[in-house]
Amino acid sequence: MDLSILWYLVPAALMFACGVYGFITRKNLIAILISLELMLNAADLNFVVFNRYLFPGQMEGMVFTLFAIAIAAAETALAIAIIINIYRAMGNIDIREITKMKF
Amino acid sequence: MDYSQFGAMRPELILLGIFLIVFLFDTFAGEKARKATTPLTLVLFGLGTVAMWILPDSFEGSVFGGMYVSTHTCVWIKNILNVGAFIVLLQSVKWIESPDDIVRKGEFYELLLVTLFGMYLMISARHFLLFVIGLEAASLPLAALAAFSKKKYESHEAAIKYIMTAVFSSAILMMGLSFVYGLSGGSLYFNDIALALASSSMSGLLLCALAFVLAGLGFKLSLVPFHLWTADVYQGAPTAVTSYLSVVSKGAAAFAFFVIFTQCFGAVYADAWEWMLYAVIIATITVGNLFAMRQKNMKRFMAFSSVSQAGYIMLGVIAGNAIGMASMLFYIFVYVVSNLGAFAVISSIENETGKLSMDDYRGLHKSNPWLSFAMTLAMFSLAGIPPFAGFFSKILIFTAATSTGSMALYMLVLIALINTIISLYYYLLVVKAMWISPDEPVIPAYRSACTERVALWLCVAGIVFFGLVSPIYQGIFNASVSDALAFFGMIH
Repeated sequence: MDLSILWYLVPAALMFACGVYGFITRKNLIAILISLELMLNAADLNFVVFNRYLFPGQMEGMVFTLFAIAIAAAETALAIAIIINIYRAMGNIDIREITKMKF
Repeated sequence: MDYSQFGAMRPELILLGIFLIVFLFDTFAGEKARKATTPLTLVLFGLGTVAMWILPDSFEGSVFGGMYVSTHTCVWIKNILNVGAFIVLLQSVKWIESPDDIVRKGEFYELLLVTLFGMYLMISARHFLLFVIGLEAASLPLAALAAFSKKKYESHEAAIKYIMTAVFSSAILMMGLSFVYGLSGGSLYFNDIALALASSSMSGLLLCALAFVLAGLGFKLSLVPFHLWTADVYQGAPTAVTSYLSVVSKGAAAFAFFVIFTQCFGAVYADAWEWMLYAVIIATITVGNLFAMRQKNMKRFMAFSSVSQAGYIMLGVIAGNAIGMASMLFYIFVYVVSNLGAFAVISSIENETGKLSMDDYRGLHKSNPWLSFAMTLAMFSLAGIPPFAGFFSKILIFTAATSTGSMALYMLVLIALINTIISLYYYLLVVKAMWISPDEPVIPAYRSACTERVALWLCVAGIVFFGLVSPIYQGIFNASVSDALAFFGMIH
């Protein structure tokens, strides 16, 4: 059976929406980071699917995805390092506590 | 393989050389020799900056099959950013040499140079893969820099806010790019995408992609409504990092924004993104101004001021022609010296006394007349009072926005003009606190460090002379005209 492109694009869009929702509603920094990963992976999935279905003779989308995964890993590593700093300073990683600076 | 093509990458290679020397020196030098890291970095970077200005302007060429392209305007913006980064390095010396931070000074210089390298790639990238790599290389080390004052809680808070919004925005940008890729005919080169868009009709997917890309880049430039991180990060980060974020990072992002939207999406200028950008500019200038008025902390104040200035910079993009390009570059150049002038005073006072509130600046002219003088010039220039450079850059960018002759853009310039008057109010509040307020000064008289004075003199010279010395604008304009076909071929 041949799946149409929509079977991949719709889940990717849903994943992205879940990521945005989680980014806005979650209170724990690690959970926010997981939501961000969801968003990045949704974009990667889109690239791969477009490449596979629309331009099967080329590789640009796949290569972009490989680089994007590496970049996402770097972002996560840095974010976790900063979260550890916050934990050392505050004793927890709840964003409701990180509100010293605001309007 | 033909290695001569790398001659086009001379700015990057010079910067990479400086970075490697500083890195190796800081890693392997002994305890005593490591004291020389700061002078070494300053001298090398200063020489590199001067060398890039003086070297003959024969940088044209493309590398990596056209992924990296160097043109006259690219060289100009890189030189401008170099000047900005050099002034930031000068004004950061006193802070980084203080006992709390001195053990990490090598890292500070290395991270700063790496972000600059990422910005160079962003500017010269003509392929979205290279562009994304440059963007991340420019924004990730900045998060580490924002977290640099390990003993200050605000620094961590700023860093977490910065990294989360940076990753969020790059996720949105990548989602938009995936849509663009779907429409592009299987290529991520700007030119191929432009051709594919020119031959296809408007679609919902394209609008969606444009909105995502605009949002993703808007976060980096802190355009309203994507500006919410700006004030907190600017306030919490160390002042040297704040000035770097507000000037160098913003200048690079603005140029990359220009290249992407004119060269890559130029075919849908009038159909799609002119109106998106129109709304964003009005919101950016107005909201930035209104929030700047109520700030008492100088760094927050400068944050909202820079939000509003980013709106003015975008006026050059919406013009979408060579005049817009030239006036945007000139605006960035003037903004670099004016904003860094203000930040040099702020960081000097913070390093000496730890004071950051506008109320502490009252009566400053009695104790520190020279600092008040420099701050006043910077504020006049940011507000656009003649005969300082800010006046000329504002005139030129308004002229550029009206140069297409469209009525809507005349309205936009009118709104921007009204906002300029509003901005006079809050810029002059600082001047009033320093010169007119009758109170006794809170900040005692002191002599700033030698490097800070050099930075201040450079900024003051720039503020006074850039508007009056016409060859600067002339050079930028000639460069833009010679690049016009590549950038604006799709628009008109």
